[in-house]
Amino acid sequence: MSLDTSALETEGAPTSRQRLRALVGGDLGLVPVLIALVALVIYFQVRNSVFLSAANVTNLFIQAVIYVFLGMAEVWLLLLGEIDLSLGWVAGMAGSIAAIVTNVQYAWPWWAAFVVALAVSAAIGALWGLFVVRLRLPSFIVTLAGNFIVEGVLLYILDHVFQGGGAPVQEKVLSDLTNGNLTPTWTWVFVVATVVVSAVVALSRERARRRAGLVNAPLYRLVVKLVALAVFGVLLALVFNANRGSFIPIQGMPFAVPLVFGVMVLYSFVLARTKFGRYLYAIGGNPEAARRAGIPVDRYRVYAFLLGGLTAGIGGLFYVSRLGGYSSSSTDSTVVLYAVAAAVIGGTSLYGGRGKMTYPVVGGIILAVIINGLVLIQVSATMEFVVTGVVLLAAVTVDSLARRSQTLLK
Amino acid sequence: MSEPVTNESAAPSVTGSAASGDPTSLLSLRAITKSFGAVQALRHVDLEIPAGQVTALIGDNGAGKSTLIKVIAGIHEPTSGEKFWLGQRVDTHTPRAAAELGIATVYQDLALCDNLDIVANMYLGYEETRRSVLDEVAMEVHTRQTLADLSVSTIQSVRQLVGSLSGGQRQAIAVARAVMRDAKLVIMDEPTAALGVTQTKNVLDLITTLASRGIAVLVISHNLNDVFAVADRIAVMHLGTLVSSGPVSNYDTASAVELITTGTTSRAA
Repeated sequence: MSLDTSALETEGAPTSRQRLRALVGGDLGLVPVLIALVALVIYFQVRNSVFLSAANVTNLFIQAVIYVFLGMAEVWLLLLGEIDLSLGWVAGMAGSIAAIVTNVQYAWPWWAAFVVALAVSAAIGALWGLFVVRLRLPSFIVTLAGNFIVEGVLLYILDHVFQGGGAPVQEKVLSDLTNGNLTPTWTWVFVVATVVVSAVVALSRERARRRAGLVNAPLYRLVVKLVALAVFGVLLALVFNANRGSFIPIQGMPFAVPLVFGVMVLYSFVLARTKFGRYLYAIGGNPEAARRAGIPVDRYRVYAFLLGGLTAGIGGLFYVSRLGGYSSSSTDSTVVLYAVAAAVIGGTSLYGGRGKMTYPVVGGIILAVIINGLVLIQVSATMEFVVTGVVLLAAVTVDSLARRSQTLLK
Repeated sequence: MSEPVTNESAAPSVTGSAASGDPTSLLSLRAITKSFGAVQALRHVDLEIPAGQVTALIGDNGAGKSTLIKVIAGIHEPTSGEKFWLGQRVDTHTPRAAAELGIATVYQDLALCDNLDIVANMYLGYEETRRSVLDEVAMEVHTRQTLADLSVSTIQSVRQLVGSLSGGQRQAIAVARAVMRDAKLVIMDEPTAALGVTQTKNVLDLITTLASRGIAVLVISHNLNDVFAVADRIAVMHLGTLVSSGPVSNYDTASAVELITTGTTSRAA
């Protein structure tokens, strides 16, 4: 079986025009964002040497968890060119439900509480999706209305249904989501296993392509990525395993880190390696083309809203765990904007069709670095809003410019 | 064991083809009429589309060309008339039924996703999977093979995003997608509109390649230069009626223009 594919072989280096296209076309992936992250870290570390201390880095990661989850939730929607502005309160709802039903008053087992909390948040998301799909309403307005509705219902529950005006976390598993740590040994096991599995998966994929006679990206790129992953993993393990306790020793990677990582890997797999993910990208890119290819576009829209709600619900569990409880004075109105910011800063397009689950992870960490760092260098809380707003505006501008130059160069 | 059965089942189709007239045609339309309320968009259209040949459908705006291809593609149900596929009467009243017969339509907007690469676009809705995981290697190999078979040589990498391709390359991808799904009749709506000289030539070459592989091609075009460059047969529509059809040698530019504008020709063909 001899195929004449010689004409298709990539010939030589890409032209400068193509390189320009790759540069402005947003094909650089996370590289510019990672450079910005490193710059921020260096800046804050120079201004205050506490910034990179084991205690603060751990704290920063825990801070980032809620932004990362809400950002991942928003990615499901942004991929389709939709948005869900209610996710902050949906997260609050899920967290509150989990806190309430595991409270000594009801004493549900943690897993039942989690299932119910996530089912509720997924159902709320799906409900918005049905409004958007059936009535052809813009998701912006539907979920803005939803934001107020969920807020009102949640505050009513906290004030009236559950006695006491607030739901403290009194269950160990829920509390451990952000307060528990792996032992130092398990921290190393996790880091080493992650690096080894990544290498095995990447190399076996490489080998399958080579066997089929397909052109591969140069091997050094893969090696560089794997080495970077290994170095980053080792650094993290060293930081997490350093003693950060003041009175009693506290060591090890917080449970939240491998949990976030696991969800990210699962979601990335679904988006990149299954028909489901492929169809979401297709609908985001050209809904009419997707429809003609036989994809049930409306059903996938509802799925995206459902997954957005579900993911926000997971974030809510971590949120309530970190706050130690949820009361009517816990404010959530701005957290959804951080969610959109996390997704967009990482490189997810607001216009649909472009984005990955790794983006909100980096975006969420950047937000946490900014918020955490500004506190450390004693900038007032009001400036925090300004800086975050500027960063979001910059990210959206880059997204819009990338999109425009792509059309211009065609 | 199966032979007598095959003969038995083949018998009615022979009678069927006798009834339909031209057995050499891949698709025959008989007295197709299509009305939208009081408006008659198609009146008693008879058309033969033979395999392995390029049939050009020409006519002025509003002559009924688009309605006719939509009837063929199963988007419109004809008000009356019959369609015969390989001599057998068929009712393709849905796009899916037409696609299952092997009728693929490449519309002007091409229906491609700019944010996906060539492989993903070629397989959209028909992805190959292994244990419900996308089989990227198989899809990439097959895509490269299909493009090479069609002599599409201007594409650097099948992992390029479709958004970065030129108009002619996008047209080629849309056609290759149809071919990969075993299309026997490819309908193209104005494939060279808005293309430059080189890209137009590439698309015309692609059309010729399709025909040489035994695929029937039905091309709508306003550009008579393109029509005379690739067509084996010409069909002219005027005000919903098919006023003339036949081998391209029966026509010249002047007679074609006359047929398009007036529906008749004074010249001897």
